[in-house]
Amino acid sequence: MPQPHANADTYDVAVIGAGVVGCALARRYALSGARVVVLEKAADILDGASKGNSAILHTGFDAPPGSLDQACIAEGYDEYMEIRDRLNLPVLRTGALVVAWTEAQAERLPALIAQAQANGVGDVEALDAAETRALEPGLGPGVCASFRVPREVVIDAWSAPLAYLAQAMAHGAELRRNCPVSAGTYDGEVWALETPRGRLRARLVINAAGLYGDTVDEMLLGVRDFTVRPRKGQFVVYDKSAFSLVGHILLPVPTEITKGVVVCPTAYGNLLVGPTAEDQDEKDRATLVPKTLDALRQRGEEILPGLAHHDITAIYAGLRPATEHKDYQIRHHAAQAYVTVGGIRSTGLSAALGIASHVVRMTQEAGTTYQTPNDVVWPQAPNISEAARRDWQCPGNGGIVCHCELVTEREVQAALDGPLGATSLAGLKRRTRVTMGRCQGFHCSARLSELTEGRFPVPMAEDVARG
Amino acid sequence: MADLPADADVVIVGSGPAGLAAAAELCRLGLRTVHVLERADALGGVPRHCGHSPYGLREFGRPMFGPAYARALVAKARRAGAVLHTGVTVTALGPGPTLSVSSDAGIATLSARAVLLATGTRETPRTARLIGGQKPGGVMVTGALQSMVYGPGKRPFRRPVILGSELVSFSAILTCRHAGIRPVAMVEPGQRITARHPAQLLPRILGIPLHLNAEIAEIAGRDRVEAVEISGPSGMTRIAADGVIVTGQFRPEATLVRASELALDPRTGGPEVDEGGRCSQTGVYAAGNVLRPVETAGWCWQEGRSVALCIAQDLQGLAPLDSVPIAVSGALKYAVPQRISDASGRGFGQIQLRVPHAVSGRLSLRVDGHEIAGRPLSALPERRLLLPLPAPQGRLEVALDEH
Repeated sequence: MPQPHANADTYDVAVIGAGVVGCALARRYALSGARVVVLEKAADILDGASKGNSAILHTGFDAPPGSLDQACIAEGYDEYMEIRDRLNLPVLRTGALVVAWTEAQAERLPALIAQAQANGVGDVEALDAAETRALEPGLGPGVCASFRVPREVVIDAWSAPLAYLAQAMAHGAELRRNCPVSAGTYDGEVWALETPRGRLRARLVINAAGLYGDTVDEMLLGVRDFTVRPRKGQFVVYDKSAFSLVGHILLPVPTEITKGVVVCPTAYGNLLVGPTAEDQDEKDRATLVPKTLDALRQRGEEILPGLAHHDITAIYAGLRPATEHKDYQIRHHAAQAYVTVGGIRSTGLSAALGIASHVVRMTQEAGTTYQTPNDVVWPQAPNISEAARRDWQCPGNGGIVCHCELVTEREVQAALDGPLGATSLAGLKRRTRVTMGRCQGFHCSARLSELTEGRFPVPMAEDVARG
Repeated sequence: MADLPADADVVIVGSGPAGLAAAAELCRLGLRTVHVLERADALGGVPRHCGHSPYGLREFGRPMFGPAYARALVAKARRAGAVLHTGVTVTALGPGPTLSVSSDAGIATLSARAVLLATGTRETPRTARLIGGQKPGGVMVTGALQSMVYGPGKRPFRRPVILGSELVSFSAILTCRHAGIRPVAMVEPGQRITARHPAQLLPRILGIPLHLNAEIAEIAGRDRVEAVEISGPSGMTRIAADGVIVTGQFRPEATLVRASELALDPRTGGPEVDEGGRCSQTGVYAAGNVLRPVETAGWCWQEGRSVALCIAQDLQGLAPLDSVPIAVSGALKYAVPQRISDASGRGFGQIQLRVPHAVSGRLSLRVDGHEIAGRPLSALPERRLLLPLPAPQGRLEVALDEH
């Protein structure tokens, strides 16, 4: 492959971690003209905190006014809306309803509305019980009041970060998977990072290691400004038949700890209920607990009784990199040419683009600038949401492989190919939705085991004849 | 592959035993353009992946293995004159009836004088059962395993745990045997094996430890299954395993029905039909396992033939105009058909019933509250129960009142 900066063996920026924040950082730096390398310890990108969220693009209406979190969410929201067409990224313009189910919750609504207005989300609209029900007739009994946040929308949590990284790579960024950083030293000008694939040099290191942000800081800086305490969120996803039960994202009145259980349409035409908020120590395991999933299902049916007649097609759990602090932990250690981007707890998808711009401004103010490229490339993300024309509607698609999610052979092949190609069934699922529907592989596993033959380090299956 | 027609006398969705039986029968009855649409790349439905006996006793008078049986059904439908298409997915059913389809060529619309839904059934996967733990590869339903083994000849694991003890669970054991896979445990939540004798002897014969009154509490492993935690009467047991086969709990593959205007019976999960397989929309019919969980291939084949006869008669202008619903009460999971139109003897000869759990009581068929047929009954779940089909009259009800 041609090396755009073949004369230099030192990268301008090394981003540690290919979650949504790392992908957005890689994009922003690459678009600023920096030579970027992204180091991901897992076999695929989006393998940590970014793989289990609710895919809402928040306005930041409920963030602490004046906080960095709020600023990054607002900026990230605006940039997503600005660039999404050019990257072929979907948006489902649902709006959100913050629903009060008790009088005590209803009493808190005016303060939340005032907070939204203080955050520049001025178009919120207070609704009484009857108005709420008129908007969402499927809601269960007990609604007291609500307010509507028209600009809260649903996006696709996979294709967005993939598109950010693809655009970074179109501008010369390199991705190294299976590439954990095990040590590093800074000589006053350049970082030397040790990885299983050899030593890498970079003038600036950005720690976007998510759940491992604290350990990466400790390893490279020798300090630990915060400790990550993973907060598990479990979700249940209903079949597409349930999609029409609700029009809005249904948000609860938030508590101190969490935004609470959300009922939310997905870009794929499903309905999702979750997450829970369960603190744990383990960083590499998000265990599904049947009792909790059942409680989520029950809560979902209280909010939306019609759910009782629909099937659950998917269950998943994610870990948010919560810390002892309530806000983002973004620090520029200018003397060490190092930025920590930590504690991006539950708003990473919304804030990622804003965080990236904020960090680039921070390091540029400290004096590092690059040669901005003249032309910006806008690679088209494959559309896997229901919001746009899908491949199964187009000729030459090779036929449908996954019938529940209507994924074509051409889509599967495209997701396996290229420098960002899937290297596991899990990665293929994220890129295409194969096997993620109601039958969970009943009809497509055999075909997929053929199509992925020789592609995955851990194959789906072995030949029976091999004894 | 033949080109898709813009219109046809009858379009059949699904090429399993019900769809292929109906296709052959419709051609025999003189329908000129009968097309079968199969979304998979091979014809024959579920039996083509069941490499064991017995299939075909009723249809071909001899015991056959699943793949040979599927081939025989395909050949018979083709000889009769039906046009069979693979790689064509029906994405929507509309008024007319019309069908929206997708294939390699993109999308198209077909209209037909009659549409027969024979989309079959699928098992309930891990997700819908809310089985806990991590989400490694190697957790699959029987259908997925069988299609891998009998399709491309692949083996996704070597030492799996089997969840469930329905007939299909034993089919899973036979598939494992065929592929050199050694199941390490069979886990059944109930007190006894669900399947009929003699299938229940199989685990003992093959030395597969059977855990009754037990559940899979947790699946462990990141990329691949590493262990399965089983909770049973004597507490938790952790078993080293590299896969999980989640078997049975069939449900109709009724996605098309749910996305259409057709009435759906929440008890069966399939479309509401009368004894002729007529759905709530004129010109739309259903047969086979899309009607209910779950029947044998031979039964589905017979249903396909029965409904084909009704379609042929209806297309001659003999369709019944009205129907009487059958109410269901007591310890019954479902009753099929849900309505009765006609006392001519065409179509399904009986009402099919299932019980949700082991039950004993009195099964009765009532008209306006008076029993016209009935018997004392002790029944187990997943067993076929039948009542004679009454004439459409009064207020019809089937009930199983527990002692």
